[in-house]
Amino acid sequence: MSRRTLAVVSAGLRQPSSTRLLADQLAAATGDELDRRGVRVRTEVVELRDHGHDVVNHLLAGFPSPSLKQAIETVSGADGLIVVSPIFNASYSGLFKSFFDVLGDDALVDRPVLIGATGGTARHSLALEHALRPMFSYLRAVVVPTSVFAAPEDWAGGNAQGTLRGRIDRAGRELAEQVSQREATAGADPFALTTSFDQLLTGD
Amino acid sequence: MQFGVFTVGDVTTDPTNGREPSEAERIKAMVAIAVKAEEVGLDVFATGEHHNPPFVPSSPTTMLGFIAARTSRLLLSTATTLITTNDPVKIAEDYAMLQHLADGRVDLMMGRGNTGPVYPWFGQDIRNGIPLAINNYELLRRLWREDVVDWQGKFRTPLQSFTSTPRPLDGIPPFVWHGSIRSPEIAEQAAYYGDGFFANHIFWPREHTQRMVGLYRQRFAHYGHGSADQAIVGLGGQVFMRKNSQEAVREFRPYFDNAPVYGHGPSLEEFTEQTPLTVGSPQQVIDRTLTFREYVGDYQRQLFLLDHAGLPLKTVLEQLDILGEEVVPVLRKEFDAVRPAHVPEAPTHASLIAERDAAPAPAGVATTGEAGATSEARSGR
Repeated sequence: MSRRTLAVVSAGLRQPSSTRLLADQLAAATGDELDRRGVRVRTEVVELRDHGHDVVNHLLAGFPSPSLKQAIETVSGADGLIVVSPIFNASYSGLFKSFFDVLGDDALVDRPVLIGATGGTARHSLALEHALRPMFSYLRAVVVPTSVFAAPEDWAGGNAQGTLRGRIDRAGRELAEQVSQREATAGADPFALTTSFDQLLTGD
Repeated sequence: MQFGVFTVGDVTTDPTNGREPSEAERIKAMVAIAVKAEEVGLDVFATGEHHNPPFVPSSPTTMLGFIAARTSRLLLSTATTLITTNDPVKIAEDYAMLQHLADGRVDLMMGRGNTGPVYPWFGQDIRNGIPLAINNYELLRRLWREDVVDWQGKFRTPLQSFTSTPRPLDGIPPFVWHGSIRSPEIAEQAAYYGDGFFANHIFWPREHTQRMVGLYRQRFAHYGHGSADQAIVGLGGQVFMRKNSQEAVREFRPYFDNAPVYGHGPSLEEFTEQTPLTVGSPQQVIDRTLTFREYVGDYQRQLFLLDHAGLPLKTVLEQLDILGEEVVPVLRKEFDAVRPAHVPEAPTHASLIAERDAAPAPAGVATTGEAGATSEARSGR
């Protein structure tokens, strides 16, 4: 049985948080599908709220605190990502953006990512397509086709077989497929020398 | 082992009283710090080079030449010389000139500069930072080691039959360090030439320093300059001292909290825990500094940053007194006691002359005068 890791990044601010609730359901759906495919998955959750001050300190000082460093390594080293933000002012929250701003340029290249969001009304749902998806495309991550937005009525309906459930399962299947068909991630080493001195000297 | 101070040369308002020194005051303060450094028994003074406010040291050899005239023993260095935006021809000339005036008390630390807008002011582009550092330094080495240079490169007009004057003092180019916080290419460059590697060691956690120095040492050995523990390593450091640590923390906190680079970010407590910054008693500084060798190995040069963030000159001179009287003598003794005999000191003008004179002339290669220019020079120091 092969093994993969999933990192779940939740930018919810309150507890309990509907953002975290959505993130957990996406993680469960992805885990179930990976399990069906014979892949054992280890899921690690990064609650950005816990790292709020450290993220800003990293922006200002240029290096992460030990606990933020661990969160960054968890996300950079995962085989697949589930990222969920509340929608503020028609986009991801500032904390969500700032965390990915300090993550490192190449940290997510070719990494399968499932994007999700929560908001006070379904009218915010396209923020996933015009804010989150372009950002992760820019980072050269592989964003799965289905993104999942949960509005209050999605939770209020109380219908576990409703459309939110359907979207979660479809998105989970898509992420599981991407994760299982790739090799496990080898963590990037920012201090690794990737060129010879002769190449540096000749500029080739 | 060499101990000294390095300065950025920032003009910063003193956050405790709102007073901002004039440029003239700041420049003269840097000189006073250098002179004091010699007086209290330190070995090195290194100045930054900047071309944008609030920094004053745009012309390092003017300042170092002035300091040379007022000191007799102090080694004059840079932290750093911008190998990217300076013309290597001008670096070769300026520092050879300084060597003659200072009787060889000169070395340099190369750095790239991380301020994007500065590059175009000198006709360059920050995106070429690494290639500029590599190409310009290769030319600089040749200008110091070959009497007549033909050169064609990517970043400056070609040179035909060019002789950089004056020639290096006694035909010995200044020793060069390369400074970089996180670019493995620069550690590789330092290792390739057998030059020194300097880790800033201030704004980054010790793990970064450890990785960069480790890479440099490994590649130094790879290129045949000696064993990994014989590579020439320098570290920065940042301290503030008073008789007891509570007093030191109380006095330094407003400067830390408002410091231009890291102020308003991590707390003083977090920063001292996560970086080599030490704020406390002289004994605490001694204890902390002695731990540096545990993660970089035995090293050759320790520079401290003392004069920044608006600290008044009087305070900085007091710091130098403490450093010279209570800290450095103990560090010298302790470091010397544990350093194995095969680990060399940092090269100086005198040691480089002795090394050259001790080496047998390579068979079939005629001595080409004082500059001793040969094509093999590239791989040697």
